Amino acid sequence: MIHILNGKAEGIDRREVLRYLGYGGVSDISGMEAVYDQCEQMLLPVLSPRACYALFPLRFDEAPNGTVLDLGFARTASRSLAVNLAGCDRIALFAATVGPGVDRLIVKYNKLSPARAVILQAMGAAAVESFCDEVNRQITNEYGATRPRFSCGYGDLPLTLQRNIFEALSVTKHLGITLTEGDLMMPSKSVTAIVGIKKENFSKETDV
Amino acid sequence: MTFLDKLKTQTLVLDGGMGTQLQAAGLPLGELPEEWNLTHPDVIRDIHRAYLEAGSDVVYANTFGANAFKYGDRTEAVVAAGIRCAREALDGYRDRYVALDIGPLGKLLKPLGDLDFEAAVDCFARTVRAGVAAGADLVVVETMNDTYELKAAMLAVRENCNLPLLVTCVFGEDCKMMTGATPEAAVALAEGLGADAVGLNCSLGPRQMVEMGAVSRMIACASLPVIVKPNAGLPREENGRTFYDVGPEDFAASMQEILRLGARVVGGCCGTTPAYIAKLAPLAHGTVPATLPDRGLTVISSYTHAVCFGGAPVLIGERINPTGKKRLKQALRDGDMSYILGEAVAQAERGAHVLDVNVGLPEIDEVTVLTSAVTEIQSVTDLPLQIDTSDPVAMERALRRYNGKPLINSVNGKRESMEAIFPLVKKYGGVVIALTLDEDGIPETAEGRIRIARRILTEAEKYGISKKDVIFDTLAMAVSADSQAPQAAIQALHYIRHTLGVQTSLGVSNVSFGLPNRDFINSTFFSMALTMGLSAAIMNPNSQEMMKTYRSFCALAGYDANCLDYIAYASSVQATAYTAPAPGTKGTSQPQNTLKYYVEKGLKQEAEASARVLLQTVPPLDVINGEIIPALNEVGKGFENKTLFLPQLLMSAEAASGAFEVIRTCFGSASPSRHLKIVIATVKGDIHDIGKNIVRTLMENYGFQVLDLGKDVPPQDIVDAAISSGAMVVGLSALMTTTVASMAETIRLLKEQYPACRTLVGGAVLNREYADMIGATRYAKDAMESVRYCEEVEAELYGAP
Repeated sequence: MIHILNGKAEGIDRREVLRYLGYGGVSDISGMEAVYDQCEQMLLPVLSPRACYALFPLRFDEAPNGTVLDLGFARTASRSLAVNLAGCDRIALFAATVGPGVDRLIVKYNKLSPARAVILQAMGAAAVESFCDEVNRQITNEYGATRPRFSCGYGDLPLTLQRNIFEALSVTKHLGITLTEGDLMMPSKSVTAIVGIKKENFSKETDV
Repeated sequence: MTFLDKLKTQTLVLDGGMGTQLQAAGLPLGELPEEWNLTHPDVIRDIHRAYLEAGSDVVYANTFGANAFKYGDRTEAVVAAGIRCAREALDGYRDRYVALDIGPLGKLLKPLGDLDFEAAVDCFARTVRAGVAAGADLVVVETMNDTYELKAAMLAVRENCNLPLLVTCVFGEDCKMMTGATPEAAVALAEGLGADAVGLNCSLGPRQMVEMGAVSRMIACASLPVIVKPNAGLPREENGRTFYDVGPEDFAASMQEILRLGARVVGGCCGTTPAYIAKLAPLAHGTVPATLPDRGLTVISSYTHAVCFGGAPVLIGERINPTGKKRLKQALRDGDMSYILGEAVAQAERGAHVLDVNVGLPEIDEVTVLTSAVTEIQSVTDLPLQIDTSDPVAMERALRRYNGKPLINSVNGKRESMEAIFPLVKKYGGVVIALTLDEDGIPETAEGRIRIARRILTEAEKYGISKKDVIFDTLAMAVSADSQAPQAAIQALHYIRHTLGVQTSLGVSNVSFGLPNRDFINSTFFSMALTMGLSAAIMNPNSQEMMKTYRSFCALAGYDANCLDYIAYASSVQATAYTAPAPGTKGTSQPQNTLKYYVEKGLKQEAEASARVLLQTVPPLDVINGEIIPALNEVGKGFENKTLFLPQLLMSAEAASGAFEVIRTCFGSASPSRHLKIVIATVKGDIHDIGKNIVRTLMENYGFQVLDLGKDVPPQDIVDAAISSGAMVVGLSALMTTTVASMAETIRLLKEQYPACRTLVGGAVLNREYADMIGATRYAKDAMESVRYCEEVEAELYGAP
């Protein structure tokens, strides 16, 4: 069963935005506050956070040349994912996006004001990540303790798994996210991730 | 009875969900549903038959996703098998129809995604041809999230068959399509491109569709039958099973209200089954539809909204037209699109509703430039555009690529003009501005102009263009040459608007040609024309006199409830009266007032004003070398030392660009005389271009000549551009590991075909070792380092500045 989640865009974490912009420990952005405010005001009304997720069984199959993970919708030999999912017997698979509005703004300001484009880019990234945290919380509430979410491209988990995720969740149909020829997601401020659910929670949910 | 006859006279019932039925029949997760047309034709046939038994007048063949992106060379076979299953199910039924079903391609079109518009048209066309050959009775384009994709699909249908065409789009709870279009914008586009019915499907249940307003808004603006095909409510899960929260009874009850609102074609989408259609069909078939109203709306649209003529007068910004504009001519000759985009955004901010786009200059390739201007302008503003050219080839190309229903400028009473333009208006679904002149020129009298208008309307009718898609321009001529000319134009427009019932427009500024202080005359003439029934004006929204007249007229004519727009405008006029700061002289004790200071702080407006004042006394080259370049160096150093960060660096770059622009406007050139030419691009397969654009901005600031090829550029194109421009440096950007391969390939080709050229590479996935490995001349970790490298090359090749 695929669950759909509609989010709300209420604000953007300025500290996260600065982190994406490479400000590190620097907190002095004096003279730039107005530009940040303006970008945030443009961005908030066009964000439309939506996510979908579903539960899959997880199995570790021992093969001659290492462990193969059976994710319920695909199989992978990724070691980094195996480490992440240790102690889990189910996964929640999710896709989330804040919609195409931020891309439209980035395309626009790329041509008009590169400074605003990089700020919007960082704000879009912060917005989708914070929405992912919310999706993650929802999953934890429903199914119990989870491992940190894991996405294609982390460690040795191949980007090509993206195609399987898209089919398993009907991502394009539910959220309007599409894949480019190079397996990139469009709208760009979109995330797919695997969230391991720890074994001890199994009694809470038995429908897999 | 043909499908269209039935559509005109009856309320029609479509079918319900296909996916839901297939899953119930055992379609496994991840298998493409259209495969079953070939592997399980009996199952598909049975599903269709169940819908026919339930009362569907039309069944959608199982071809929703049957396109070449998913099925490649098997597309034709899959589509044909889908149509065959539906045809066979129809055996024994009379007056039921098979629809070729076309859904989205699953890729986003440029500029948001990577799919080219024509590639989308081609892909849809393949499915259309296969469906038509297999014997479909009509075509349905459904579940569209994006108006641009809708346009591509509709063009593909119209270019490949004459079958009836139904289109439905998806609207969210905010009453908008995913890419932002309102119901009015979707209807304008669909009607313009020749749909036979238009509506909405999927995403929501029937009750929510009514509550969010899209159903009644569509019915209120459409002159076509409206289709409503909702989901069975929202999906829920209980005991591990999926079901939708609205049952057949409730679904039918809500649909009855939708029928009452005036929908004429109804059905169900996800989650609905033959049981739903069985409840719905008798209600629908028992509803005698009202006569279809012709709304008579003169309307154009962008990818987000529609603009309607006949209410508050419409302002068409005239600034993107090179006639008499030195700076714009220069920009067009230089291929400087950013100047044009700046003009577009400025006019939108001043209150224009539509933007005129004219790039006609004898020395440029208008066919290419007009289309690229239209697509670029659409990426920075959501205003509808008026496509303005005298070259029918340029016009067709631009109309095709425009996302929305355009305003077309122009046709006139000459036979040759009507024969060239009307077919384009019909095919691409625009509203056309018609000039009241013909082979004998412009009649001096109002009567003469009205005669031509009547002739144009008669001729348009022959092409199937009704008067609602024509706007007459009765030609404002210079009052300095003929004192009766303005009256002739105004009398003609009064008659055309009020007696012929057709909308009107004027290029207002022509009236003052040859006179001093032209705004005085323009604004008074504008106000006279408005009171006589002017629906739209091509004018300069930067002119305060004109905007004053417009805002005041709207308040006085009842178009501005509580005078809110007038008040907002009037107070902004006082608030933004801008006084240029006094510039400091070099080396004084007031460093806060210098151009250098404003550039360092990234204050663009102040930098521009300061440059303007400074240029009255200081030669341009001294302004550049004494103020702008030192400021950029200061900021660049700060960035390199990590005392300030990317957005600040860029704000300074933008302020410097503003100052350069002032110099260019005053002196025609701001070239700080660097010799080095640089070609930059994001490599094939990569669609990230923020980093590359940052590099370009900075390099231009430092006076290098940059040729930017954009993103996703094939290796050979980069090599060709480098050779033909004589660039000595090629800058390449890649953000993903997967695209470093095309970077390596580009470098390899360059070494083979143009070994003298250097390569500069950068991007998130690169580092020095990687750059060495793929044979790049130099790696730069950021934009400043790229500039420093180019300075080195400049010094090496052309000597120190």
